[in-house]
Amino acid sequence: MVWALAILQTLLFIAAAPLLASWLKRIKCRLQNRRAPSLFQPYRDLRKLYRKRPIVPYPASWIFRAAPYIVFASTVLAAAIVPLAAVDLPTARIADVIVLVGFFALGRTFQVLAGMDIGTAFGGMGSSREMTVSSLAEPAMLMAVFTLAMSAHTTNLSQAMNYVHDTGLVLRPSFVFALGGLLLVAIAETGRIPVDNPATHLELTMIHEAMILEYSGRWLALIEWASQIKLMLYGVLIANIFFPWGIAQDFSWPALICGVAAIALKLALLAVVLGLSEALFAKMRIFRVQEYLGFAYLLGVLGLLSHIILEAARVHH
Amino acid sequence: MSIIELSLYQQAILLLAGLIALTSFLMLGQSRLVRLVKVFAAQGMLLAATTALAATVLEYPHLYVSAALNLLLKGIVIPLLLQRLIHRLELHRVMDTVDHPARVMMGGAALVVFSYYVSLPVVENSHLVTLNAIAVSLAVVLLGMLLMITRRQAVAHVVGFMSIENGLFFAAVVSTYGMPMVVELGVAFDVLVAAVVFGVFFFQIRASIDSLNVDRLSKLSEVEP
Amino acid sequence: MSLFLANLSLLLALFSALVAPIAGCAGGIWSRLGRTPVLLGRLGPGSAGPGEERRSPRISRLARIAPFILLALSGGFGALAGIIALRGGATSTATVALGLPWLSWHERLDSLSGFFFCVIGLPLIAVSLFGPGYVREFEHGRHPLWVLSFFTGFFVAGMELVLLADDAFLFMIAWELMSVGSYFLVAFQHEHSANRRAAFLYLLMAEIGAIAVILAFGVLAGFGGGLTFAALRGAALSPLWASIAFVLALTGFGMKAGLVPLHAWLPEAHPVAPSHISALMSGVMLKIAVYGFIRFTFDLLHQFHWQWGVLVLVIGSASAVLGILYALQQQDLKRLLAYSSVENVGIVFVALGLSLIFLSNGKTHLGTLGLVAALLHSLNHALFKSLLFLGAGSILYRAHEQSLEHMGGLIHRMPKTAAFFLLGTLSIAGLPPLNGFVSEWLVFQTALQAGTLDSGVLRSLIPTASAVLALTAALAATCFVKVYGVAFLGLPRSHHIAHAREVPHRGMLAGPALLAACCVLLGVLPTPLIDLLGRVTQPLTGFVLPDISALGWLWLTPVAPEVASYAPALVLFGILAVGWLSYYLLYRRTGLEPRRAEPWDCGFGGLTARMQYTSGAFSMPIRRIFEPVFGMHESIEVTTDGPAATRVRALRYHFQVLDRAWPILYEPAGHTVTRLARWVGRLQTGNIRTYLGYSFFTLVVLLWMIS
Repeated sequence: MVWALAILQTLLFIAAAPLLASWLKRIKCRLQNRRAPSLFQPYRDLRKLYRKRPIVPYPASWIFRAAPYIVFASTVLAAAIVPLAAVDLPTARIADVIVLVGFFALGRTFQVLAGMDIGTAFGGMGSSREMTVSSLAEPAMLMAVFTLAMSAHTTNLSQAMNYVHDTGLVLRPSFVFALGGLLLVAIAETGRIPVDNPATHLELTMIHEAMILEYSGRWLALIEWASQIKLMLYGVLIANIFFPWGIAQDFSWPALICGVAAIALKLALLAVVLGLSEALFAKMRIFRVQEYLGFAYLLGVLGLLSHIILEAARVHH
Repeated sequence: MSIIELSLYQQAILLLAGLIALTSFLMLGQSRLVRLVKVFAAQGMLLAATTALAATVLEYPHLYVSAALNLLLKGIVIPLLLQRLIHRLELHRVMDTVDHPARVMMGGAALVVFSYYVSLPVVENSHLVTLNAIAVSLAVVLLGMLLMITRRQAVAHVVGFMSIENGLFFAAVVSTYGMPMVVELGVAFDVLVAAVVFGVFFFQIRASIDSLNVDRLSKLSEVEP
Repeated sequence: MSLFLANLSLLLALFSALVAPIAGCAGGIWSRLGRTPVLLGRLGPGSAGPGEERRSPRISRLARIAPFILLALSGGFGALAGIIALRGGATSTATVALGLPWLSWHERLDSLSGFFFCVIGLPLIAVSLFGPGYVREFEHGRHPLWVLSFFTGFFVAGMELVLLADDAFLFMIAWELMSVGSYFLVAFQHEHSANRRAAFLYLLMAEIGAIAVILAFGVLAGFGGGLTFAALRGAALSPLWASIAFVLALTGFGMKAGLVPLHAWLPEAHPVAPSHISALMSGVMLKIAVYGFIRFTFDLLHQFHWQWGVLVLVIGSASAVLGILYALQQQDLKRLLAYSSVENVGIVFVALGLSLIFLSNGKTHLGTLGLVAALLHSLNHALFKSLLFLGAGSILYRAHEQSLEHMGGLIHRMPKTAAFFLLGTLSIAGLPPLNGFVSEWLVFQTALQAGTLDSGVLRSLIPTASAVLALTAALAATCFVKVYGVAFLGLPRSHHIAHAREVPHRGMLAGPALLAACCVLLGVLPTPLIDLLGRVTQPLTGFVLPDISALGWLWLTPVAPEVASYAPALVLFGILAVGWLSYYLLYRRTGLEPRRAEPWDCGFGGLTARMQYTSGAFSMPIRRIFEPVFGMHESIEVTTDGPAATRVRALRYHFQVLDRAWPILYEPAGHTVTRLARWVGRLQTGNIRTYLGYSFFTLVVLLWMIS
C-alpha cells in the first residue's frame, strides 16, 4: 500500500512537471506583455516529439542513444525520493539528499558525454560550460544542504521535513542563508536566466541547449521532460524543506489531498518569484557565473557558520 | 540550548545579526563604490530595524529615538552624501577590485570563527543571545577593518570605518539595550561630522595628488622606496 | 592457515622475480643452440633483432607469461589469506629465523593487514591477466623483458612483506625492497632523460620518506625498548614525543602516499613506468603507505589528539582539491591519472583526519565510521585506478598515444575497452550506484556528524573541509567526463588513433573486466564488506559499527536508520527499471527506427575533427576560474601574411600548467641543499697538507676526549 502510494506520488511528480514549466512560461509572458500559450502546450510538444522519427548523426555511438534514457531514469529516481505531498513514504529511505545530488550528477554526466559524442564544436562547448557551472554549483548546494542536515540531524529528506514541520515557526538565520544559496543554485542548475537562457539558440550564449542540439524525436522529448522534472525537483525541495507546512504526515485521504493542494500552491507562488527574477535580470557573461555561484557558496558557508555560532552554541553556566 | 527554546524576539535578533554579518561580507566583495554604499545603507537600515524591534519588545522608548536616528543617518543621509561625493568625484565607474577575492573571503569567514572563539570566554556567564550578538558585532568590526585593509579608494575606507561603528552599536543595543541618550546623540553627531569632514578631505586629497587611491599617499613619505 | 597462505603468496611473488631471468636465460640458451649466438639475458641495448620471436616463440612466450602466472597466483593466495584473516578476525604470528642475529623476523597477519592483502590481491590478479599481452610491446624494445618481470616480482614481494612485518626492522627492509624495486620499474625505459630524472626524483623522495619513517620508529623504540611491534605498542610516550613521532610518520608515509606538498614526485614517476606497473604503483603502492600510517597511528601509537586530526584533515583537503585541479589541466592521460591519485589519497586522509578528531573527542562510534570510510575508499581507489591505468595501457598498446589532445572516437575502435573504461570513469567520478560514491558518501556522513562535537571551532572547521570535499567531488566528475569525452567520444584527432583496433589478447580485456565487475559489485552491495570491516576496526578503535544494515542487507545505514540510509541495489534496479520502461514505451511501441544523417551542428556543416573541443579547451573555464592556483605559461602564436602582415593565417595557443609546489617548496629546498653542500665543500681544498691537518686535529681531539 505505501509502496503503491510512493509510486503514485512519483507518477504525479512526473506528470505535473510540464505543467509547472508552462505555468512559469505563462507568468513570464504576462510580465513581458505577450500572449501565453495554453497551459497544456508542453504536453502537446512532448506528444509531437514522441511521434517523430529521431535522427542519429553519423559519428554517434551507443552513448548518444542510451543517454536520454539514463538522464530520464536518474531524474525520475530523484523525483521518487523527494517527498512531494506526503512524508514518510518508503522510497524516501532509498537515498538521502547527498545521493540526490549524486543522481543529478549521474544524469548530467551522461548528458555531457552525449554532447561530446558527436564531435561538434557546440556539443563540446555546451559540455564544458555545463560541467564548469555544475562543479561550482554542486559544492554550493551541498553547503546549503549541510546546513539543513546539521540543524535537523539527518540527511534523509523526509525526516528533515518532519523536523522542520514539527518544530514550528523558528526564525533560523542559517535557513535564510541556506534558502538564498539553494535558490541561486537552483537557478544555475536548471539553466534559467541569468546563468543560462532556456529559450535561446544563439551560439555564444547557450549551455544546456548546446549539448542537446543534435537530439530529435523521442530522445529530445525525454530530455526536455527530464529537465522539466528537474526544475520541479528544485522547486519542491525549496518549498518543502523551508516551508513544509501542509504536507501530509499520515496517509489518510484528506491529509493527502491537502498535501497535494499545498504543494501546488507553493510551487505556483515559487514560479511567480522565479518568473519575476527572470524578467528583471539579464543573462550574464559565462565568466561572471563564478562570482554568482561564489556568492551562493558564501551564503552556504555563512549559513553553516551562523548555525554553529548563532543557533547551537553551548554556553556552560 | 538551541534556537528552538528561544523566544521569537530572540530568534529575530539572531536573524538580524546574521543578516548584518552578511552585509559586511557583501561589502567585502563589492568592487563598485556605488554598490558598496548601497550595501552600507542596507546595513544601517537593518541596524535601525534591530533597534526598533528591541524598543518594541523591551519597551524602552528611548530606543525608538536611536532607531530613528540610525535610519535617518546611516540608512539615508550618509549614504546619499557619499553617493553624491562619488558622482561628483567621478568615481562611480572606477573599479576598486580586491587583489585576491577568494582569499579575502576565506579570511573573512575565518575572522567570523575567530571572533566567536574569542568572545566565548568573555561572556561565559551571560545569555546565549548576548554571546552571539557580541560575536557577530566583533566579526562586523573585524570585517570592517579587513575592508579598509584590502581597499585602495578612500571612500571605501570611510565605509569600512562606519561599518565598524555599526558593529559596536549593534552590540550596545542587543546586550545593554542601548547607550545613554547623550552618548548616542553624541556618537550620531560625530559620525555625521566625520562624513562631512571626510568629504572635505576627499576634495583636498584629490586636489593635491589627483587621485583618491590611498596607495599614492605613500608618495608623501620622505623615504624613497 | 591465513599466515601460511600469505607467506605462500610472498614466496610466489619472489619466485616470479627469479623465474624471469631463468626463463630469459633459457630462451637465450635455446636460441644459442638454434641459430644466433646471443644470450638473451645479456642483450645490449638495441641488439634484439626483429627475428627473435620467430627463433624461440614458445620459450619466449613462456618467459613472458610464467612470471605473470606466478604473480596471479600470488595475488589470488594473498586475497584468500586476506579474506580468511578478515572473516576469522584472528591474528596469527610467526618468527622466521632470518635477519639480525639478535632479532629474527617477526611476521603477523591480523585483520588490518588481511584487508590490505585484499587491496593488493585483486588488482594484482587483474594486472597479471593484463600483463602477458601488454608486455609484448617491450619484447622488441631496447631492454630485456626479464628485467621488468624481475623487479616487478621484488616490488610485489616488498609490498606483501610490509603488510606481514611485525617488527620495525623487517618493516623497513620490506619498505626499501618496495621502493627500490619500483625505482627500477620507473627507470625501465631509461633511454629518455625525463624518465631518468623522474626515477631519480622518486628514489630521492622515497629515501627521505624512509628516513622519516625510521626516525618515527626510533622515537617509539626509544621509549618501548625493542624493535618488535609488541614492544613499540607498549611504549609510554608523553604527548610531546607522541606528536613528534606522529609528525615524522605523517611526513614519511605521506611522502610515499603523495600528499600535498610532498606529492611532486608522483605525477612524474607514475606515468613513465609501463602501464601495468603504473596501475600497481598508483592503485596499490599508495595504499601500502596508507596502511603504514594506519598501523603506526591507530595501532602502535594508539593515542589520539585533535590537533593531529586537524593537521591530517587540512593536508588531506589540500591534497584532494589541488590534486584534482591539477589533474584537470593535464593533457597526458597517465599524468592525469597520477594527479587524480593525489586527490583520492587526499580523500582517504580527510576520512582519517575526521576519524582522529572524533576519536580524540571520545566519539568512538564516529571515529570508527571515519576509519571505515578511509579503508573502503582505499580499496575502491585501488580498483578503479588500476582499471583506468590498464585502460590507458590498452590505448598506449594499440595507438602508442598518451596525449588526450590526439585521441578521440576510440569508442568505435575499441568498444570493449571503452565500456570497461566507462565503468571506471563513473566510479572515480563518484556517481551512484558505483563504488566510488559509497565511500565518498560515508566520508560526508562522518563529516556531517560534526555537530556532536563540543568545540565550536572544530564544528565549523569540519563542514568547511567537507565543502572542499564537495568541490573536489564535483571537479573529479568534470575531470573524468573530460577524459572520457575527449578520448573515447567524438572524432579521432590523429591518424594512428583513427586506425587503432581493439586489443588482441583476451587477458587484456579480462583484467579490466574483473576490476570493473568489482567496482559494480562493491558499489551495489557494499554492506557485507562494511560488515567485515568491523573486524578491522575492533582492535584499532575497540568498536564495531552496530547499525550498518539496520534496515536489512540492501540498506546502508552508517549512523542510524533515521539519520541517513542508502540502498544502492534498489537505486540500480530503479534506474534499470525506469530506463527499460521508457525504452519499451517509446521505442518498442512506436517502432520508429532512428535514421542516420549528417550532424546538424546549427547548420554549419562540414564537420572535421579539428572543430571539436580539445582537452585544453574543455578545462579552460576551470583554468580561468582557479587561475591563482596554477603556475601557468600561456602564449598565442600568430601567423600573418599579406601586405604589412595584416591577414591572420593561423593562431596557435600554447599553455603549460606547472605545479606550484616546485617554485614554492622544491626549488628553494634544492638551492638550500646545494648551498650547504658548497659550504661544506670548502673543506675540500684539494691540498694534501690540509687533509693531513684534518687527520691530525681529529686525532688530537679524540685523544683528548678519551683521556
